[in-house]
Amino acid sequence: MLTKRIIPCLDIKDGRTVKGVNFVDLRDAGDPVELAQRYADEGADELVFLDISATEQKRKTLAELVYNVAEKLNIPFTVGGGISSVEDVDILLKNGADKVSINSSAVKNPDLINELVAKFGSQCIVVAIDARKTDDGWKVHLVGGKVPTELDLFDWAKEVEQRGAGEILFTSMDHDGTKNGFADGELAKLSSLVNIPVIASGGAGAVSHFTNTFIKGKADAALAASVFHFKEIAIPDLKQQLEKEGIPVRI
Amino acid sequence: MSLVIIDYGAGNIQSIKFAFQRLGVSAVLSNDPEVIRKAEKVIFPGVGEASSAMRKLRESGLDTVIPTLKQPVLGICLGMQLMCNASEEGNTKGLGIFDVDVIKFDSNVKVPQIGWNKIENLQSPLFKNLENDFIYLVHSFYAPKCEETIATCTYGLEYAAALAKDNFYGVQFHPEKSGQYGAQILNNFLSL
Repeated sequence: MLTKRIIPCLDIKDGRTVKGVNFVDLRDAGDPVELAQRYADEGADELVFLDISATEQKRKTLAELVYNVAEKLNIPFTVGGGISSVEDVDILLKNGADKVSINSSAVKNPDLINELVAKFGSQCIVVAIDARKTDDGWKVHLVGGKVPTELDLFDWAKEVEQRGAGEILFTSMDHDGTKNGFADGELAKLSSLVNIPVIASGGAGAVSHFTNTFIKGKADAALAASVFHFKEIAIPDLKQQLEKEGIPVRI
Repeated sequence: MSLVIIDYGAGNIQSIKFAFQRLGVSAVLSNDPEVIRKAEKVIFPGVGEASSAMRKLRESGLDTVIPTLKQPVLGICLGMQLMCNASEEGNTKGLGIFDVDVIKFDSNVKVPQIGWNKIENLQSPLFKNLENDFIYLVHSFYAPKCEETIATCTYGLEYAAALAKDNFYGVQFHPEKSGQYGAQILNNFLSL
């Protein structure tokens, strides 16, 4: 049986992990390679690296990071953040990334999804969608949820599937950072509308939130950052709890 | 140990190279038939779309080289699928090593299958000293169970997670991304 995936997300700036990381025994808490290995050892099913740097060397630094992670890590990982061209993706995949996630660039130029799928295959193209609820329903937002678009979340999700995306990473900006649980209602609706895997993101604060998003939200995977980084939830404990609830996980 | 990873331009092969490096084996990437023929072990990787990958194999003449290899050959993911008779993906003929046609998952399951699933019914030296365990998969097409099946996996239905015939082996999953368990499978391949 295919298991539900637990995916820690690491924010990267200039080749280093940012946001406090609470692993006391890490030699270097800012070293993405060491942190990635730690998560893999703890039972993470996949990792996401989100690059938030905005320097001219960004592309080169990220490529080096991907190479260094791929050299050590024996589980899959996705790289996202500012990816906007076929060439960007080519560099990351050649350096050892398993998947890439695109967000704003897909909204601005939806044909990019088709181009990437044609060249690299659906299996490595994740489309990340940030959305929040407005008076007109759930709308896709850009720039970390700050800039609204006219795009309806559910229409856009169907479109990215039709264009060939292999997976959708949905972040509810209304839930992100609240630690009150994932947007399970919207996630369940997404899962009924598309037939590609949906990753839940935004709102993780307790083990029960993961249980809910897999059962009520019908999510195929759940992504979180701070609850893992600050050791509020340990992955082995989380997985054991999920298994007790009858959710298939890899232990 | 001389190990060659066939490099025919179909997808990311860096992670396979790294996986063997972690096992202490330095793999050579090549599309040169002479280099491939002389290797003790050969890896036939592949990600992406089947018909365009077959086109690349034909352009480089590797489509006639691979089926005649005598040393152990391991196809991974799309590599395994291309070793079959045919694939529904892009309606392409395959290399005809495994006597089975690759078809698409039905829409009663999410497609692609992405994530960790368990392999079962292990029956090959490739899985020596290994119990059923989780492996990482990403695929939309699959080989149905057939005589050459050496491991199965269940996703909506039971299908072939690995195939073997003579010196040819194929795995649908990514051993290079399947943790320590996957590393052990690669190590077993090196010991064949």
